[in-house]
Amino acid sequence: MPTKKDIQDLYFMDARFKLLEIASFLDRVDRHEGETDFRHPAFHEALKAMQNPPAGTTRAQAVHLAFSDHSTEPAESATIQFAFGAHNEEAAQ
Amino acid sequence: MVSRTTADYQTIAQAGCEALCEPAFWAGYDRASAQGFYDYYRQLTEYEPARAAKFGIKHFCWLCINPKEAEDPVFAREVMALIPDFIDRPNVLGIGEIGLNKNTKNELAIFEEHVEIAKKFDRPILIHTPHLEDKLKGTRLILDALKNANVDRSRVIIDHVEEHTAPLVLDEGFWAGMTLYPESKCSPARAIDILETFGMENIWMNSACDWGISDPLAVIKCALEMKKRQHSAEIVEKVIFDNPKAFLSQCPNFSL
Repeated sequence: MPTKKDIQDLYFMDARFKLLEIASFLDRVDRHEGETDFRHPAFHEALKAMQNPPAGTTRAQAVHLAFSDHSTEPAESATIQFAFGAHNEEAAQ
Repeated sequence: MVSRTTADYQTIAQAGCEALCEPAFWAGYDRASAQGFYDYYRQLTEYEPARAAKFGIKHFCWLCINPKEAEDPVFAREVMALIPDFIDRPNVLGIGEIGLNKNTKNELAIFEEHVEIAKKFDRPILIHTPHLEDKLKGTRLILDALKNANVDRSRVIIDHVEEHTAPLVLDEGFWAGMTLYPESKCSPARAIDILETFGMENIWMNSACDWGISDPLAVIKCALEMKKRQHSAEIVEKVIFDNPKAFLSQCPNFSL
């Protein structure tokens, strides 16, 4: 199996590229007019979760969980067919 | 592959694809009548197998009304009533991809009725889990419903698993599927992470070939990525060929 260094050799440049894409995305949001919606705080929560995943949870799992709907009962009906990428707690209530 | 060009069949044949299975799914728009599904089932069982055969590929399919169009239960039941007319066609594997989209009561009711059809005709089941923020909740609802339905878990594959849902599915004894996308969902690199974390048993990967940005060669590209990650040729073969063959061999109509 590959070593940690092998994994860095394979994926460091790609991950660095994607990290800068995230940083630039957040800068872009900051720079523009108007208000953000529920996705903005969810994104920041996911970033925090990635850096400090709960015990027994991988970083990727922590990011998924930060964006997820954690309710347990089926919804009465569907108002949209698509997904936003982050759960909108306010709209769900 | 209803949503793809004939050139895509040629491309995957050139890459070594021997067979494919196509789930009944959304057409890019909501169909206006059950008759629209009758025509679609004919397309899946007549036209697509012939199109694939021109390139030496065996074409198999699954039948259902997909969860995205299952919110209207009266309409969904009209469509489901067509399934017995097609279930014995030679390329039909079973019922799928059923499941949930927005995790509603109606979607869940139609999911449970599809499971009963699969039990009645003794066919395997292919299940779609919702995307993105809806996946965790939808996967849990689906697992609960399957437990209540008392299905043979070795004949059910739950697709679109990701890092947070793969262990839920595998720990319950179901098969897990990872559908690979070039953007927004499970990438080849992450699929390999899931394999390395949760093991190579009872899991397969497939290329998303839908109306969105998707890549029929995703599985092949993932195999190359596995090679870069120093997985042996035997392991790659197991994941991309032996595992799907093992699951699909439980379908009476499947053969290579």
